[in-house]
Amino acid sequence: MRDRTGIVLGLGAVLAVAAFPLWNALGSKAERARPNLERAVEGPECVEDTLYMTAHHQDLLNEWRTAVVRTGERYYTSSSGKRYEMSLTGTCMKCHVNSGAFCERCHEYADVTLTCWRCHVAPEGS
Amino acid sequence: MDESRRRFLKSLGSVAMGAGCGLPLLDSARWLARPAAVPAAPTQWAMVIDLAKCSREDVQRACTEACRREHNVPSIPDPAEHIDWIWSEHYEHVFPDEVHAHMAEDVRQIPVLVLCNHCTDPPCVKVCPTQATWKRESDGIVMMDMHRCIGCRYCMAACPYGSRSFNWRDPRPYVERDAQGKPASDYPTRTAGVVEKCTFCAERIRTGRQPACVEAANQLPGGEGALTFGDVTDPDSDVSRLLRDENTICRKIGLGTGPNVYYIVPPSLAAIAHGGEA
Repeated sequence: MRDRTGIVLGLGAVLAVAAFPLWNALGSKAERARPNLERAVEGPECVEDTLYMTAHHQDLLNEWRTAVVRTGERYYTSSSGKRYEMSLTGTCMKCHVNSGAFCERCHEYADVTLTCWRCHVAPEGS
Repeated sequence: MDESRRRFLKSLGSVAMGAGCGLPLLDSARWLARPAAVPAAPTQWAMVIDLAKCSREDVQRACTEACRREHNVPSIPDPAEHIDWIWSEHYEHVFPDEVHAHMAEDVRQIPVLVLCNHCTDPPCVKVCPTQATWKRESDGIVMMDMHRCIGCRYCMAACPYGSRSFNWRDPRPYVERDAQGKPASDYPTRTAGVVEKCTFCAERIRTGRQPACVEAANQLPGGEGALTFGDVTDPDSDVSRLLRDENTICRKIGLGTGPNVYYIVPPSLAAIAHGGEA
């Protein structure tokens, strides 16, 4: 029983180190400013709602790619029933005209490498 | 351990070993029992190339340049790193089986347009470990998915026509650009480490247009009909009509790949070699 203090202290130290990402985010830097994203130029709505697009645009783009390249489909019917051509540069970037102030700004904030524009031709102003 | 027990264990071991060695044969049996032929595609796009008309330099240039612009194909000066979807090759290299020792030198050197043959039984597709290249069931195009290509180049080794090119470096600096510095087309450029080739302009066919090379040749005075594109399974298509009426050949037909690019051979190859056109 005389080791109790040591054990509790040791466990506390391990937990504190393991929780580093939590207290680091909460502490020193406080809330980082969210990225200031450029609004889409036209159209009142996106292909799907904003919350879904924020979380799942990559999945949707992967689905579109497979559909267009592999099965030869061209159109996507959104959950609201509207039909869109499945095209990154032809549909997405017609509204989000500036990939630098939209895609890249957010990807930098989220620290996720953006690889699309290594091959796909980015629209004007990016 | 008595003798019979020892013998029993030995024979048990032999049986187990024999069965183990025989297991791979089961797979071979399955392979033998597979459906004999690949079911024919409902559509099979094909191209007929008129050797005489396509030997003209202006026709060749129009076709290859239209393709370069359409797909942002880079022009890399180093021949070891060349990237081509459609290009010109000497007759003797395109049809090695048709050339014999006494053939005239100028006939051997007739320039012939070559591109991916979109084979009926493509060897490149068989070797691709990621299915980055596959034969599209809907229209028979041998497609490429650049997202999946890992750059192993098995397909390049498998293709008997040399139709595939590898990106040894980032192709972007070598892509033709307009005055504003934008690439010639919206078509995605490729990246270092992927293999690329002709896709029969799948993106144009999708919207009902002809491949870029065919369109370019037909727009050129005297180039009309140099390249003909269509569905070879449709007996009323232009390609089917040409294949019925003209003397046509395919590249390395003995390999059994079933090329879908055909060449109209004129009665006299020497006439092309001497006069530019038959």
